Amino acid sequence: MSFALDKSKVPWWVSNLIVPLVNLTLALLVSGLFIFIAGENPYQAIKLIIYGSFGYVEGFAYTLYYTTNFIFTGLAFAVAFHCRLFNIGGEGQAYIGGLGVFLVAINFSFLPVPIIWILSIAGAFIFGAAWAFIPAYLQAKRGSHIVITTIMFNFIASSLMVYLLVDVIRDMKQMGPHTVALPKELWLPSFKDFAAFFGIKIRYSPLNASFLLAIAASLFVWFLVWKTKWGYEMRAVGHNTQAAIYAGISPYKNIIIAMLISGGLAGLLSINEVLGVHHKIVSGFPAGYGFTGIAVALMGRNHPIGIFPAAFLFGILYQGGSEVTFDMPNITRYMFVAVQGVIILFSGALENLFRPQIESFFVNKLNRQAKV
Amino acid sequence: MEFLSDIASLTNSTLRISTPLVFAAMAGIFAERSGVIDFSLEGKMLMAAFVAAVGSYFFGNPWAGLFMAIVACVSLSMLHGFASVTHKGDQVVSCVAINILIIGLTTALAAAWFGQAGLTPTLTDDQRFLEITLPFADALREVPIIGIIYSDILSGHYIFVYFAYISVPIVYWVVFKTSFGLRVRAVGENPSAVDTAGINVFTMRYKALAINGVLIAFAGAHLSTAVNANFFREMSAGRGYLALAAMIFGKWHPKTAVIACLLFGFTDALQIRLQGVELPTIGTIPVQLIQAVPYVLTVILLAGFVGKAIAPRAIGQPYIKER
Amino acid sequence: MVSPILELSNINKSFGHVHANKDINLTINKGTIHGIIGENGAGKSTLMSIVYGLYQADSGTIKVSGNEINLKSPRDSIENGIGMVHQHFMLVENFTVLENIVLGFEGEVIFGKNLEKAKIDLKKLCETYNLNVDLDSVISDLSVGFRQRVEILKSLYRGAEVFILDEPTGVLTPQEVDELFKILRSLKEEGKTIVLITHKLNEIMDLTSEVSVMRQGEIVGHTKTKATNREKLAEMMVGRSVLLRINKSKTHRGDVAFKVENLIVKDDLDVARVKNVNLEIHAGEILGLAGVTGNGQTELLEALSGIRKVESGEIFLNGEKISDSLNLLNPRELKEKGLAHIPEDRQRMGLVTDFKASENLIFGYHDQEPYSKFSIMKEDKIFDYSKRVMEEYDVRPRSPHLMTSNFSGGNQQKLILSRELNENPKILLIGQPTRGVDIGAIEFIHQRLIDMRDKGAAILLVSVELEEVLSLSDRIIVMFDGKIVGERVNEDVTDRELGLLMAGVV
Repeated sequence: MSFALDKSKVPWWVSNLIVPLVNLTLALLVSGLFIFIAGENPYQAIKLIIYGSFGYVEGFAYTLYYTTNFIFTGLAFAVAFHCRLFNIGGEGQAYIGGLGVFLVAINFSFLPVPIIWILSIAGAFIFGAAWAFIPAYLQAKRGSHIVITTIMFNFIASSLMVYLLVDVIRDMKQMGPHTVALPKELWLPSFKDFAAFFGIKIRYSPLNASFLLAIAASLFVWFLVWKTKWGYEMRAVGHNTQAAIYAGISPYKNIIIAMLISGGLAGLLSINEVLGVHHKIVSGFPAGYGFTGIAVALMGRNHPIGIFPAAFLFGILYQGGSEVTFDMPNITRYMFVAVQGVIILFSGALENLFRPQIESFFVNKLNRQAKV
Repeated sequence: MEFLSDIASLTNSTLRISTPLVFAAMAGIFAERSGVIDFSLEGKMLMAAFVAAVGSYFFGNPWAGLFMAIVACVSLSMLHGFASVTHKGDQVVSCVAINILIIGLTTALAAAWFGQAGLTPTLTDDQRFLEITLPFADALREVPIIGIIYSDILSGHYIFVYFAYISVPIVYWVVFKTSFGLRVRAVGENPSAVDTAGINVFTMRYKALAINGVLIAFAGAHLSTAVNANFFREMSAGRGYLALAAMIFGKWHPKTAVIACLLFGFTDALQIRLQGVELPTIGTIPVQLIQAVPYVLTVILLAGFVGKAIAPRAIGQPYIKER
Repeated sequence: MVSPILELSNINKSFGHVHANKDINLTINKGTIHGIIGENGAGKSTLMSIVYGLYQADSGTIKVSGNEINLKSPRDSIENGIGMVHQHFMLVENFTVLENIVLGFEGEVIFGKNLEKAKIDLKKLCETYNLNVDLDSVISDLSVGFRQRVEILKSLYRGAEVFILDEPTGVLTPQEVDELFKILRSLKEEGKTIVLITHKLNEIMDLTSEVSVMRQGEIVGHTKTKATNREKLAEMMVGRSVLLRINKSKTHRGDVAFKVENLIVKDDLDVARVKNVNLEIHAGEILGLAGVTGNGQTELLEALSGIRKVESGEIFLNGEKISDSLNLLNPRELKEKGLAHIPEDRQRMGLVTDFKASENLIFGYHDQEPYSKFSIMKEDKIFDYSKRVMEEYDVRPRSPHLMTSNFSGGNQQKLILSRELNENPKILLIGQPTRGVDIGAIEFIHQRLIDMRDKGAAILLVSVELEEVLSLSDRIIVMFDGKIVGERVNEDVTDRELGLLMAGVV
């Protein structure tokens, strides 16, 4: 049975708010089931999550720190997705972006600090974009499926970075695979510094000025995708490549541009991690944030206005989740990777599971009201 | 003679290393020939590895583990079908969801049930599959050439290795020589033609996906109950994607796909061989870089330096009958 | 003795809010050729898809030879002796004829065991009905006419007694149509029943003994074909009287506006599809390009509009060379020079259904002022413009912000037409102008094209509908196998003559 509902009569808030919320609820219910299978009480877990992410200032700051990462990777996935490209390679692009930040920061240390910051942002963006370029080129010119190539580039990035961190740019005085720390004046101001400026004393949290960069990046993506000619052309290629060709829009060019911007945004993750938190390149710092970006973007319907709350939700899950893993020995952080998978399933692949029913329910209800 | 035995052992490891790839590629052929993209081979392989290890551990019998792995993988295939065939969701998104879900779930459950490291307990010899020595292998060892081929290359593998290479002609036969295969191929090329012939398109795709689940379960069980004696985190290590690349490179055809799988297996075997070895003029290649070789090879193969692959025509498109 | 073989009573079918079939009652007698005529979107195909079991009716009953049957899938219909030849052939292109025919009825698990028997049966059928199909050729190597025969053979093999043919002649040359009609008549001779769905009045008059007319989902009349004529049928079909011939004055031909020299174009598989084509279009002239689908028209149109690479040869616009093998202006640059292109497959190529209507109304012109400036889209300007154009071309509903996918097919067509015609192009390339359009819109489009011609535009009209080419063009060229095989002035040519050219016979 297919419902061919008159789509024009469905109010925007039903398709863009109610349906995603129903899907999210379903996903969380299934996740609760997993926690139960793992031998813990889902209700207790939720209480811990809420306490961990909102219960105290530092916890909330941690939540926003994770949110920052997810905004970058979520935006990265979304931009490519508007051109119908599945950039699963955010992980590797972020990793290589870190190399860009580090190289800029140590090679331009003679410049004034704010300039170094700006150059570092450029470095993160360019290195991330460069890592996305080859998969983009192969997709555009040779039709190699971007899902496989970007995944392969994650593996390759990981091997390359471990090699560099062990043999080339390691802090030779230490054993661990990481670089030397950057000079302290280059560290981005943290939330703690910021609070101290207003005379409030709080404990350490990794939240830093990168959060503002994430907000700026959201605005940039919104403007790019919906207000400029480039966004218009990218969306045209994404929705209907043949039509784009007919209108004189080059799919080749737009695939490359979309992937470069996507890779660049993923690269910005390293501003938060390298310049804001670790102050050096640590082995494996993208820690799965790139994959989480997929869930964030799909849940946020690939729009910055949706990506922000979705990123925040994942921030809660991550920060609250670490509280859970602390208190519940049977839960590890991998449980929250599984939760991401479930969310991608319900807000991505199964997004139309109940959509027809929900939409026709509201349309009928509104019709009845209109008649009365 | 050392050279010969080197070759023999390299061939032997190539056959072994290629085994999960062969199963996965055969599984991929069924799904994609029926018009359903399957990037979730990776996740399913991982799931099978986990379930097989856990099942073998609890029941004390590797066959029980294998059976449970089959059930788990067929269920995941059905989930993929439910999302992308029945509900016409995006097939790639569905696969990505399954892969991420399984990476998380397997490790989380392993940790919950067996401790923090995300490993399953080591299986005893009773609980896992062991290498099989073919009849007369020892007696024939001294016979020139035949001895090496039979005793050193063909004998002494896990049962899955034999299964894998036997599966190739069977898959070929099913896909190209049976009515079922004819319908599977038709449904991946032009589902409307199948529908108007009175065959249910959805049922056909579900059937193909079920076979896909069975085959990929063997790949996972091979990893955790044969080559290794337990499951560990992300142990599939991209093999699902490698197999998919091999299948595409093999033009969705069992015979050519198996050759691509062997090429991957050979590269991997060689890569292991080359670790730490001093090469003339190049010197020692850092181990991290050498490990990346199979991934680089995948990218190169996909770039289609050997002719452009033509996918089944209806691949990735949900079948929509009513307008 | 007439006995009904197929009886439909009170059939209803809705797609969401579209009531595609309303209370349909229809009786088809055994051994007759029964025509069902109606405009595009009148509900003919939906009705026949219900009879074939592809769609399920919301209500109503279907009887075959007096027995009520419940059709859940095409399988049920096939078992009840109903066969259908769809408008778009249901064939797997890389399978052989034989594989396509036995698909779903293979008989054994091991494919091939029964094939020899099937082959013998099929050869017999081929001889009886003079079908002349090679069972071992691959579908993609067959011409459209032969593919259609494969479809007929498929139904015969499955034991069909009733043959439903949905718009079977749309893609055939007149000679192929003759062949098809011969086959259909011989089927009738053998006692088979044929239901012919068409919007072409000639075919109804030529072939059928009874005819039912559909309009907006309803059957508005049944009649013996002998008791009616084309004008009456047309009036029933549209619901008002229509002009079957266009009022067209003589052209005032100007200078050569568009010229193509020695053009060679290859398709995606690197096969030459346009082979050394030369043509000229004058200002104030409609040049009709006739030909059977797949003879290079699509590739020609794509090359002329800048979508497809030119292998060799040159294209001139008002004397200026615009494209050759080294240098191809892209569609946007061509638009700036006054060349507009309305593609054959409009819904697929002409617009992005996931865009807002307003976004589609500037599609291809989006980087021109006033729609964008310094690469930033000017939304208010686009909105105002869209409102105006939608008013002028009567696009409904008039909501520029509505997603294009929410407009009906006809209104989507209008979005494209209005976009391209509104720019008053000097050169217009138009493919299948009336495909999928109802009669009212056809009149509108035809009138619009004549007006543009009279204002001095040079128009290249590519159509597989010979009638359309004949009624609009001043001059006609025929394309066969990538070559221009003939040129005629409209007044001196008959459709027979063009048909022979189209078939490559002359």
